[in-house]
Amino acid sequence: MTILVLAEHHDGAVRDGSLHAITAAQKIGGDIHVLIAGQNAKAAADAAAKIAGVGKVLLADDAVYAAMLAENVAKLIVGLAPNYSHLLATATSVGKNIMPRVAALLDVAQVSEIISVESPDTFVRPIYAGNALATVQATDKIKVITVRATGFDAAPASGGSAAVETVASAGDAGLSTFVGSELSKSERPELTSARVIVSGGRGMQSGDNFKLLEALADKLNAAVGASRAAVDAGYVPNDYQVGQTGKIVAPELYIAVGISGAIQHLAGMKDSKVIVAINKDEDAPIFQVADYGLVADLFTAVPELTAELSK
Amino acid sequence: MKVLVAVKRVIDANVKVRVKADGTGVETANVKMAMNPFCEIAVEEAVRMKEAGTATEVVAVACGPASSQETIRTALAMGADRGIHVQTDVELQPLAVAKLLKAVIEKEQPRIVILGKQAIDDDSNQTGQMLAGLLGWPQGTFASKLTIEGDKLRVKREVDGGLETEIVNLPTIVTTDLRLNEPRYASLPNIMKAKKKPIEALTPDALGVDPSPRLKVLKVVEPAKRKSGAKVKSVAELVDKLRNEAKVI
Repeated sequence: MTILVLAEHHDGAVRDGSLHAITAAQKIGGDIHVLIAGQNAKAAADAAAKIAGVGKVLLADDAVYAAMLAENVAKLIVGLAPNYSHLLATATSVGKNIMPRVAALLDVAQVSEIISVESPDTFVRPIYAGNALATVQATDKIKVITVRATGFDAAPASGGSAAVETVASAGDAGLSTFVGSELSKSERPELTSARVIVSGGRGMQSGDNFKLLEALADKLNAAVGASRAAVDAGYVPNDYQVGQTGKIVAPELYIAVGISGAIQHLAGMKDSKVIVAINKDEDAPIFQVADYGLVADLFTAVPELTAELSK
Repeated sequence: MKVLVAVKRVIDANVKVRVKADGTGVETANVKMAMNPFCEIAVEEAVRMKEAGTATEVVAVACGPASSQETIRTALAMGADRGIHVQTDVELQPLAVAKLLKAVIEKEQPRIVILGKQAIDDDSNQTGQMLAGLLGWPQGTFASKLTIEGDKLRVKREVDGGLETEIVNLPTIVTTDLRLNEPRYASLPNIMKAKKKPIEALTPDALGVDPSPRLKVLKVVEPAKRKSGAKVKSVAELVDKLRNEAKVI
């Protein structure tokens, strides 16, 4: 068995999320090859070669992969696929966009967002917003899989010494053009890999009030997240959203402030190690999953908490 | 241009699902069903295109058992012109749905096909991408804004770090994210009018598609329950517990 993992990279480094997919690949077992597609991506390929457990790195260096357009990257992966038993990617917006297209072109099913590997063809994945866990067996010859990063530890970024092999570009599919991106800028840790997350909901009442959470987050070196209600109300950008339709997180500490705890939100954070809820409604469903609940007005409790942590 | 919208009937988003005791799935008997929320957004977007004069006809398609017709009626009540129901009692997985939709699209020749980005029951997030792959069309996934520019479509997409813009050739597949629009409620007169709109019935056989599942579901279980926690009385107590009991700060 040989497994190909599509890795995402940025500024010459492999993104954290991809390290989790490599651990999933190790649980499946077999040789692990990592695909780095991009423009001027040699540095990223060299970084991938150092990841523990990686047997070989394939580098496809071409301007058509600069924006990871699904039409072009899927074409590349499909060309490489006959050599592999499993094709893996992390269930990020990039992996979710590309892998089902690959699966369809190979006429195989995809297994989305696995959280555990039972055997090389059997996997566990959450359904119904995480309210049920399905064990599924893939019957196709090539298994196409996306991996939920929070279900697996990150593979060590050093300790490996794989060879880097250049593979030919599959060219431009000629179907789509990348125009540009508007990325949220933040000094704080990335939401999906943060050790601590402070999240706000509708109870924050305005975008300005998120400053209270930012002050608390700074004390804890935490990332700031939000519920859908807070995003829809325009308090924070959409990429802050934690939940079934946003990001899935599992930090050591998740502090939910002014969040009621709808099932769609719980789907994104209920695997956190410790959950704290601060809400003035003592019947809010968030208290059913919180390890520590504080029934209080967030506008007094959050500044008090920030002050207490400074002591 | 013609716009085709795919809609799915799922357990209502506000229902707390129950896993069946025999581990074969979740209980769907006597449970409130509704149109998948992302599909509602897809229908709304198509109807808005018609209202703006860019779409000439909106066709709503659903695949599944006889009850899926209700979901098509909902789309018709929201403003779709006619429906297509691909009827089958086989458990449909994304690859099978993509193949069925491909066959329908080859008959109907739409310029834009809009789907939700994922169904809230299987949470697969695959069908639109698979359909685009099968047709050899481009894909504008997780769309939060669509603008038609001649024979191309500008798609603003929700990605992990923020937003991205792509221009795709027509014909194309689009999948909707939550922030694309706010779906309308169907008014009673429109619900009555929808009853007169035509729904064409098709079968996988007639479309030449084998819809059998490729993934075997071995079992479905409830996730481990979290231990119920404790309420604390003050911020000081909370900090003390986090420091000395949970040891996370």
